[in-house]
Amino acid sequence: MTANALYELSNLSKRYTRGREEITIFSDLDMAIPHGDFIAIMGPSGSGKTTLLNLLGGIDAPSSGEVRFEGARIDNLSQAKLSKWRAANAGFIFQFYNLMPTLTAAQNVELPLLLTKLSGKERRKRIATALEIVGIADRAGHRPRQLSGGQQQRVAIARAIVADPKVLLADEPTGDLDRASADETLKTLQLLNSEMGKTIVMVTHDPAAAKYAKRELHLDKGRFVEKEALA
Amino acid sequence: MFKQTLAVTAINLKSIPQRPGMSAATVLSIALVVGVLLGFLAMANGFRATVQGTGADDIAVVMRAGSQAELNSNLMREDERLIAEAPGIARDADGEPIVSAELYVVTDGMRSASQTPANLPLRGVGPRAPELRDGFTITQGRMFEPGAAELLVGENVLAEYEGFALGEPIRLGSNTWTVVGVFSTGGTVFDSELWTDAPVVQSLYQRGNSFQSVRLRLASPEAIEETRAYLDAEPRLNVDVQSERAFFASQAGGTVTLIEYVGWPLAILMAIGALAGAWNTMYSSVDARVREIATLRALGFSGFSAFLGTMVESLLLALLGGIIGAVVTWLLFDGLTASTLGSSFTQIVFAFAVTPGAMIAGVILALIVGLLGGLIPAMRAARVPLLSVHGG
Repeated sequence: MTANALYELSNLSKRYTRGREEITIFSDLDMAIPHGDFIAIMGPSGSGKTTLLNLLGGIDAPSSGEVRFEGARIDNLSQAKLSKWRAANAGFIFQFYNLMPTLTAAQNVELPLLLTKLSGKERRKRIATALEIVGIADRAGHRPRQLSGGQQQRVAIARAIVADPKVLLADEPTGDLDRASADETLKTLQLLNSEMGKTIVMVTHDPAAAKYAKRELHLDKGRFVEKEALA
Repeated sequence: MFKQTLAVTAINLKSIPQRPGMSAATVLSIALVVGVLLGFLAMANGFRATVQGTGADDIAVVMRAGSQAELNSNLMREDERLIAEAPGIARDADGEPIVSAELYVVTDGMRSASQTPANLPLRGVGPRAPELRDGFTITQGRMFEPGAAELLVGENVLAEYEGFALGEPIRLGSNTWTVVGVFSTGGTVFDSELWTDAPVVQSLYQRGNSFQSVRLRLASPEAIEETRAYLDAEPRLNVDVQSERAFFASQAGGTVTLIEYVGWPLAILMAIGALAGAWNTMYSSVDARVREIATLRALGFSGFSAFLGTMVESLLLALLGGIIGAVVTWLLFDGLTASTLGSSFTQIVFAFAVTPGAMIAGVILALIVGLLGGLIPAMRAARVPLLSVHGG
């Protein structure tokens, strides 16, 4: 095991079967993500970026190979154990925010806390802090349709961090935002990484977004390609 | 788990206004199922309550053994004589037993309101028949003369059928009769009958010397056992005896069973239809929220909480439908009066009775619809692929 590694992927393969055709997304992928990293995974459509993120988040299973999180395999956990693992360790940020339209911003942020044993008072305190961090405390009582795209994404980030997970997995977090809102969102992620030590894995096709990360990894035809090699 | 389920249920319920048409259709279809079931149960309960409340305990009805109704029974004059010798029968001041041998034929009458023909019972009775109906009074005219083609008409017949005005001749089949009087028994089934002298009916309808029933005034309600024991032991007789109250109850039994046999299957058939509606609604509910459910699962919510949340939504919609159906049926039907033909073509007026027990049965049926309607969609909710989280 690599010292200080949060994630270790070894010989990771993902294949789909479509009819009689087997499609390989990637095969024998090896990778390590240390604690406190902020990686931008880039690549063309269909290169397997989102699939990789799904495997890291335990919402998809590899065809072969291992995904280790703090040294323990998560690729072979049952659905029930994976649910608990996700609740304790991973925060998700999606391109389309995935907020519950009928709940207020605060209620959306509260969702991960409902899986903990925290009291109502403690939950309210955490919600307020999370909304404060992403700078949207004044919109706590608003429903998603009353918020702009950028504000909704901030609520989604607050939801992702409120239970204090070890890793944030962001799938095209700025894909649906204008440049200004995108920059605000990325600065927030950068702040969460630099000030709070959150490990962040971000999938993006936007080179400007990738620049906010500590490092970039390019996935192409199922393999990581060095940035220099692309030039 | 409780907090998870509560949160998922709250999300589900808050999303109902996004599907107002389908949700309302489900609630209304379930309300309709409950309404139909309660309507039939109310009819059965009301009919049973009315008929079981009719008839005296100290009047007995004797018919040929095994007869379900007067129309199926056949007794001879000799049988009447033997029956009248039984102990337990009340006697008049002269020591004569109070009995009435009667026969019963069906004639055609014309309903005044609808101008449609309907069966009318013509009962040939003995001179003591009035003593065997509590509350009997002649309200107009006089009693028929023995041996004459004269009719005594029940009050309901006068009110509902045309051509029975006092003093007027009326043709029934091939015979012409004269209405000489109107009687009332205070609203019992006899008020829907025509009465005449038994030998006249025997003669005009070629019934020879036969009767169909013998009514007895008992010395006391308990005396029926003594009378029954005697009649059972008499080798020349093959008869059944029962109190008038038991007689009416047995007459009602078939009708009650019939109503219930129609009511429950109809309600269950409709429930299957409502089930499809509930199923469809819940599927739509799950379909509309696939990404939400997948997101909750990605956040760490269990599949079981998604299952329970969907089930609770389905059950609450069904419960709402059940309560609406029960309350509306109670408001519309409880106490409503109606009439139906009894098993011997006697018309029986009764009131619908929407009982608490029937209302509970209706709500339970609604919940069963909700449970079955929500089950498969809830299982689908629990199995929503996590990858749906990326759905655009």
